[in-house]
Amino acid sequence: MLDRADASSLLLIAPTGGGKTLAGFLPTLVDLSQGDHKGMHTLYISPLKALAADIKRNLRAPVEDMGLSVRIEDRTGDTSSFQKKRQRADPPHILLTTPESLALLTSYEDAERTFKGLKRVVVDEIHALAESKRGDQLMLALARLQSLCPDLRRVGLSATVDDPEHIAQYLAKHPDPCPILHADPGPAPDIQMLTTTEPPPWSGGGAAYAIPAVLEQVKKHKTTLIFHNTRAQAEIFFHKLWLANEDSLPIGIHHGSLDRAQREKVEAAMVRGDLRAIVCTGSLDLGIDWGDVDLVIQVGAPKNVKRLVQRIGRANHRYNAPSKALLVPANRFEVIECVAALEAVQAGDLDGDTPAPGPRDVLCQHILLRAASGPFKADDLFAEMTSAGAYANLTREDFEDCLNFCATGGYALRAYDQWQRLQRRPDGQWQLRDPRSAAKIRMNAGTIQDSDLLKVRMKRARGGKPLGEIEEAFAASLTAGDTFLIGGQIVRYEGLRELTVEVSKEKGRKPKVAVFSGSKFSTSTQLSQRILRLFQQDSWPQLPTHTAEWLQLQRDMSDLPQPDRLLVESFPHDRRHHVCVYGFAGRNAQQTLGLLLTKRMEELGLAPMGFVATDYATLIWGLDAVTDLRPLFDRDAMREGLDGWLAGNALMKRTFRGAATIAGLIERNQPGARKSGRQATFSSDILYDTLQKYDPDHLLMKITRDEAMRGLVDYARIEEMLDRVAGRIDHITLDRVTPLSAPLFLEVGKVSVSGSAEERLLAEEEEALLEAAGLE
Amino acid sequence: MKTVDFSLAGVQLTTLGSGALWWRDKNLLCVSDLHLGKSERVARRGGSQLPPYDTRDTLIRLEQDLRFTNAETVVCLGDSFDDLDVLDAMPETEAAWINRLQAGRRWVWIEGNHDPGPIELPGSHLAELPSPPLTFRHIAEPGQSGEISGHYHPKVRVQTRMRGISRPAFLIDADRVIMPAYGTYTGGLRSSDEVLQKLMRPEARAIVIGQTPRVVPMGRR
Repeated sequence: MLDRADASSLLLIAPTGGGKTLAGFLPTLVDLSQGDHKGMHTLYISPLKALAADIKRNLRAPVEDMGLSVRIEDRTGDTSSFQKKRQRADPPHILLTTPESLALLTSYEDAERTFKGLKRVVVDEIHALAESKRGDQLMLALARLQSLCPDLRRVGLSATVDDPEHIAQYLAKHPDPCPILHADPGPAPDIQMLTTTEPPPWSGGGAAYAIPAVLEQVKKHKTTLIFHNTRAQAEIFFHKLWLANEDSLPIGIHHGSLDRAQREKVEAAMVRGDLRAIVCTGSLDLGIDWGDVDLVIQVGAPKNVKRLVQRIGRANHRYNAPSKALLVPANRFEVIECVAALEAVQAGDLDGDTPAPGPRDVLCQHILLRAASGPFKADDLFAEMTSAGAYANLTREDFEDCLNFCATGGYALRAYDQWQRLQRRPDGQWQLRDPRSAAKIRMNAGTIQDSDLLKVRMKRARGGKPLGEIEEAFAASLTAGDTFLIGGQIVRYEGLRELTVEVSKEKGRKPKVAVFSGSKFSTSTQLSQRILRLFQQDSWPQLPTHTAEWLQLQRDMSDLPQPDRLLVESFPHDRRHHVCVYGFAGRNAQQTLGLLLTKRMEELGLAPMGFVATDYATLIWGLDAVTDLRPLFDRDAMREGLDGWLAGNALMKRTFRGAATIAGLIERNQPGARKSGRQATFSSDILYDTLQKYDPDHLLMKITRDEAMRGLVDYARIEEMLDRVAGRIDHITLDRVTPLSAPLFLEVGKVSVSGSAEERLLAEEEEALLEAAGLE
Repeated sequence: MKTVDFSLAGVQLTTLGSGALWWRDKNLLCVSDLHLGKSERVARRGGSQLPPYDTRDTLIRLEQDLRFTNAETVVCLGDSFDDLDVLDAMPETEAAWINRLQAGRRWVWIEGNHDPGPIELPGSHLAELPSPPLTFRHIAEPGQSGEISGHYHPKVRVQTRMRGISRPAFLIDADRVIMPAYGTYTGGLRSSDEVLQKLMRPEARAIVIGQTPRVVPMGRR
C-alpha cells in the first residue's frame, strides 16, 4: 500500500473484513506523522453512516499508539448543524463522511477553503456504490474536488468483484490509469447445498420444509446468519422458525423495514455474541461487524453469484478458516439454480451487469449543486463531469440538455425564460438567478429514494412503540382487522392516523396478509446461462435424484431449453390452452414478456386469460390454442405494444417520481411534511400525465423511459433473449402439462401464508397436477 | 357523459365527472379552484419549474364541459387564479382562450384567498353570489345553508375489496356542497380532516369524480 502511495488512483481488492480499511489510511497516517499538515488531509467516504462512526473508533487506536495529534471527525446526516458549520471553517485532518454529505459540502460557497490542502480520498465499499446513483453522485463530487485540489489521490476499497477493471475505471479520473492491488483472498469458501430428508416443494419461496434442518445447523454453530431475498420471506421464515424453536435458542430478525432502534438492538446483541442466529435480508450486508459468525445460510436461490460470494466471504474472518455457507433452495427449480450457482463460485465465474452510462438525473442535481457553490463555466463543468468514469462518454448534447433543464425546465413550451433557475451572465458564466434558491437545492440533495413508507406503531393513547415501516401501497391494501407480520410478531391493522399505521397485538392467529409489496431480484444473465448449459448434460450426477429425474422426464416428454434457442410449449389443461415460454430472462423481463405476449394474443384474437412469470419462464393461458408463434414474437409489434403499454404504467410513474426528485423538479418530501393533508401539494403522477400529454419528449420522460427499460420493465433482457435465439424458436405441441411447466401452475407470484386447509388444498392440486405430468 | 344528480335546498344539481357542478334549470355551470397559472407562480417565487401545461389542460376540460352543458352562466368559485399577478405573465394564447370561453355568456368571478381582488378580465367580480335559494362563495361559513363553496379541495378515500382508492370529491349534506378543485395542479384535503368533519353533518355523503362520478360515504375518522 505504501509503495503505491503516490499513484493518482489505486484500487485495493480484499475480502470483506480483511482490515483493508486501515490499509487505506496507512499512507495518510505516515504522511501526517511526518509534518505539520494544515487543514483537511484525507477524506473517507463510506456508504453507511454507521461505518463512518466505526472507522472513527478504529482509527483512534493506531493514531494514539503512534502518538500523533490528528483530528478525526465524522460528518453525516446525524451531525449537529453547529458542528457542521465549524467543520467547514476549521476542517479536521481526517473527515469521515457519506456521498450525500460530501455532495452537500461541495455545494457551499466556501468549498474551496474547506478542502484546501486535501491530499487523499478513501472510498470504502466502492463495489456497493459503483452500481448506484449514490456512487455516480460521489464520483461527480470527486471530479469537483479534483479541480479544487489537482494533486488529490484516490484510493478505492472493494470486496471481491467480477470485473475489477470496471471498478477501477469508475474510480479513477478518466482517462488516467488505476492500478489494482489484490490482497490474499484467504482460504476458499466452503459452500454446500443443505440436504434435507424431505425434498423441496414444487413451487413457492418460503423454504418452510427446511426449518428442522436449519435449526439443527444453528445448534451446531456459534452464530448463524440466515439470509433471505425479500423482507416478506424473512418475516415468514422467522415466524415459522420460532414456532419450531423448542429449545428457545436466541434468534433475532433484521431487515430494512424494521424500526432503527430495533435493528440497532439486534446488531448490538449480535456483536456481544448473545444471538445464536439472525434471520435477515441484504440490510446486514454492509459494514456491520460480523463478529463470530461462523455459518451463513442463504434461503432461496442466490439469484446473483457475486452477491452470494460477497456475503459468504464475511463469515469466519477472525479465525482465518474458510467461510462456511449453506444454500437452501426454496423449491425444486431452485435446486438447479443453487447447483449452478455453486459451480459458478467454484469456477470463480462472478456475474455482473454491463454498466449503464451514468444517469442524467444525477447529472442535473450535480449541476444545481455546482451552481449553489458559485458561478461556473459550462465548458469547465463539462470537462469536469466527463472526467468521472461513469460519464466519460457523455455527449455535449446530453450535457446541454441537462443544463437547459436546470436553467429553464427544458420544456418545448419556453415558459420560464423570465424565471430561469440558472442565468447566463454577460461573461458567459452560469449562476443562480436567485441566490436564495441555493438553500432549496441543498435541501433536495441526495439520490436515495425513500419509497413512500409509513411508520407502524402500536396503537396507544399517546403514540405506541414504533415497530418499523411498510410501503404505502401495502398499507392501502389493508382493511381494519387484517393481520400481518412485522418484526416477527403478528399485528392487527387498526387504521391509519396521519402518516402512521396503527396496529394492535394479535395473539395466536395466523397472519392473513404477510407480504410487503416490494421488488424481487431477477436471476442474473450469467446464472441463467449456466442453468441452460447444465440442461445440456446427458445426465446430472451433481443434482439430487428427485431433481435429476424431473429433468430426464422433461427431456423424454418434450425437450429441455437450450442456450441459443427458445423453447415454447403448447398444451391443453383444465379446458384451457396454455403456452409456456422458457425465456430465462429473469423475473422482471418474463413478467414484461407476459404482458406483451398477452397483448399480442388479444390483438390476434386468441383470447388470452392470464399469465404467470418466474425467472425462467412465462406461462400464458387462454381459450384458444396458439398454432403459429411467428406473429407473437414479431419484434416490431412487440416494441410497439411496449410503448403503448408503458405510457400509462404505474412502474413508469414510480420511476418518474424518483428521477424527477433527483433532478430537482419535485421537492423532496421533508420529514413530517409529507402529505400533511395540505391541499397545496399534489401527486407527481399528475406531472407525469401532463408531460405525457403535452411534452412526451421532455428530458425527464427520456430519463424515465431509459431507467424503466433497464430496471423494472427490463426490456433489455427481452431484447438480449431475442438476439440470443435469433429466430430459432422450437414450438412443441403436447396433449398435457409438461414436467418443467408444472410448477408454474402452482406459482402464486407472492409468498402465501395460509392455514392448513389451504395448504392441503394446494397439496392436492399439486399431486393431481404432477400425476398428470407423470411425476409422483 | 355520465353524471350524478342530487338536490340541495329543493334545487336539483348535477355533478360532472370533471368536478364541475351544473344547475340545469338555470343553465348555470360552477367550477371551483381552477388555480390557473400555478406553474408560473411557483417558478416566479423561486420554486420548481413545473411543466407549464397546467393552464391549457384546465381550460381544455372547461371547454369540454361548456360544450356539453352549453351553460349561459358560469360561476368560478374562487382561487380561479393562483395569484393576482398570474394574468400579467399569462401567454396571449391562454388569455385569448379564456376570452373565447366567456363570449356570449354571463361570467362570475368569485373572490378566493389566492385571488382576492379584481382581475382584468370581463365578467362580474363578486365576494359571493346569492342566487336564491342558493349562495355561491369561496369558503364555507358554518351555520349557513343552501351554500355552495370550494377552497378545501376535498378528497375521499374509498376502501374497496382490493385496495383503498383516493379521489377528489364533492361533499354534500342538507346544508351545503363543498366542491372539489378543478385545476390540473391541485392536491386534495382528506375528508377525514377535522375542518371538513366539523363543517359537514354526520350524515354527509360524497360524490367522487373521475370518468364516472359515484356516490360514496364521506369517510369519517
